[in-house]
Amino acid sequence: MRAMLIKSLSNPLAMLGFIIIAAVLLFALFAPVLAPFDPDAIDVKSILLSPSPQHWMGTDGLGRDVFSRMLFGARISLLVGIVAVGIATIIGIVLGAISGYYRGWVDVLIMRLVDVMLSIPTFFLILAVIAFLTPSIWNIMIVIGLTSWMGVTRLVRAEFMSLHGREFVLASQALGARDGRLIFKHLLPNSLTPIIVSSVLGVASAVLIESGLSFLGLGVQAPQASWGNILTDGKEYIEFAWWLSLFPGLAILITVLGYNLLGEGLRDALDPRTANKSS
Amino acid sequence: MSDLILSAHHLTKTYTQRSGKFGFGTTQVKALDDVSIGLKAGTTLAVVGESGSGKSTLARCLLQLQPLDSGEVIFEGKDLAKLSGSELRHTRRDLQMVFQDPFASLNPRMRIGKIVGEGLLIHRLGTLAEQQAQVIRMLKRVGLSEADMQKYPHEFSGGQRQRIGIARALILQPKVVVCDEPVSALDVSIQAQILLLLKELQQEMSLSYIFISHDLRVVRHIADEVVVMYKGKVVEQGAVNDIYQSPAQDYTRNLLNAIPGRKHAAMAST
Repeated sequence: MRAMLIKSLSNPLAMLGFIIIAAVLLFALFAPVLAPFDPDAIDVKSILLSPSPQHWMGTDGLGRDVFSRMLFGARISLLVGIVAVGIATIIGIVLGAISGYYRGWVDVLIMRLVDVMLSIPTFFLILAVIAFLTPSIWNIMIVIGLTSWMGVTRLVRAEFMSLHGREFVLASQALGARDGRLIFKHLLPNSLTPIIVSSVLGVASAVLIESGLSFLGLGVQAPQASWGNILTDGKEYIEFAWWLSLFPGLAILITVLGYNLLGEGLRDALDPRTANKSS
Repeated sequence: MSDLILSAHHLTKTYTQRSGKFGFGTTQVKALDDVSIGLKAGTTLAVVGESGSGKSTLARCLLQLQPLDSGEVIFEGKDLAKLSGSELRHTRRDLQMVFQDPFASLNPRMRIGKIVGEGLLIHRLGTLAEQQAQVIRMLKRVGLSEADMQKYPHEFSGGQRQRIGIARALILQPKVVVCDEPVSALDVSIQAQILLLLKELQQEMSLSYIFISHDLRVVRHIADEVVVMYKGKVVEQGAVNDIYQSPAQDYTRNLLNAIPGRKHAAMAST
């Protein structure tokens, strides 16, 4: 696992992705220390100030420091991304493992469920569900998780099916191993790498969905800061306070890019065709 | 014959393949077509034939790793297909397999100690320390060292991996070992070492082998009896020397003629 990380980081783009994600992680982790102002403190004397040495990213319509809000927004973005993908990955592994291992009618059932879920535009499904629930960060994470497990399910199922005929699995079966041992000791450990790649890429889309929801007012609620709702606040002033839209927009862009670069770098490193070349 | 330890009667197995332009048609491929074989205790029965003649399917069906369409496999008087799940798992102790591809037959994410000891763990044989000791003994017996326990499969060569595969199969002290082309993926010089090891272990542990191969040179060294398969059917069977000296079937003769360096002799005799 460590070797795989090292190998993927030898790719400069993957390294860039890793640095971006690490930076966002550090900013989020040390937000209370790094933030020069209270992110929620309203200051009517300094409304809509442009970026300056005092307010690095300016202030918003209520005089709050945008840089401090961005730092705390990074926490939301990261938390939603990781928890939502965690939920999706766990559901995906369980359903995919059942589907790929036992096959038969269970497989048909699960795969049709996947097809049904995939045929519904996810973002609108999430919008519809959130509209019925009270918008909160926990609801968002759960709903995003519950609507984005299909890819992992298919992936795990395909991995299990291709591994099941492999000789080392047959060997364990010939030794007298039960289903649990075959699944947890042989099939799952050898399916992990593509799952990790898809999870990293999944975080990128979860971050985007959260920003989108917050932008539409169905996500993280004011006064709590999120990149999406900073962007919403900014759109009223976009003609004369560009910094309110630019910085959250850039943050979302760079973070999503970072996850995608890291994910693709990992995938290239783990692809046996490219892996053999470099080693 | 009463001293048969493993016998198979009228095995059939058909694969259905999709064919035609859009995959609407189906083709039935008979991998096993009324195959019957018998293995005498303490001997080696070789199954030979070209690629696609159903040899590997036979190996997997004998060990119930693939379901049969019909036919029965009798091991020590028990029909394996009729055993319950736990009875079958218990019986697997006595029926082991050595695989063809030394690079695919070891779990790349497991250490060698775990791979070789897995059978002991599954059947809960002895304490952890006893299992450990037995793994070390088995590794040493097949020509590896105690330090190898901590290594992963990719750190070994093909021949060493095949030794690991043999250690894994034999640690349970089975009665029958099905060897599915155990040397065909190895260099010729390594082949001889592995064959020798298999032969020595057969005598030490009084094993019975079913030895699957396409290479008649190899078979001649190790087998007592030979079954020749062609397109899922058994076309000829008998003692190894009879088959080599006076093959009754054209197909067997062709196989024998395919051995490098033997063609001349065969042509001279006809």
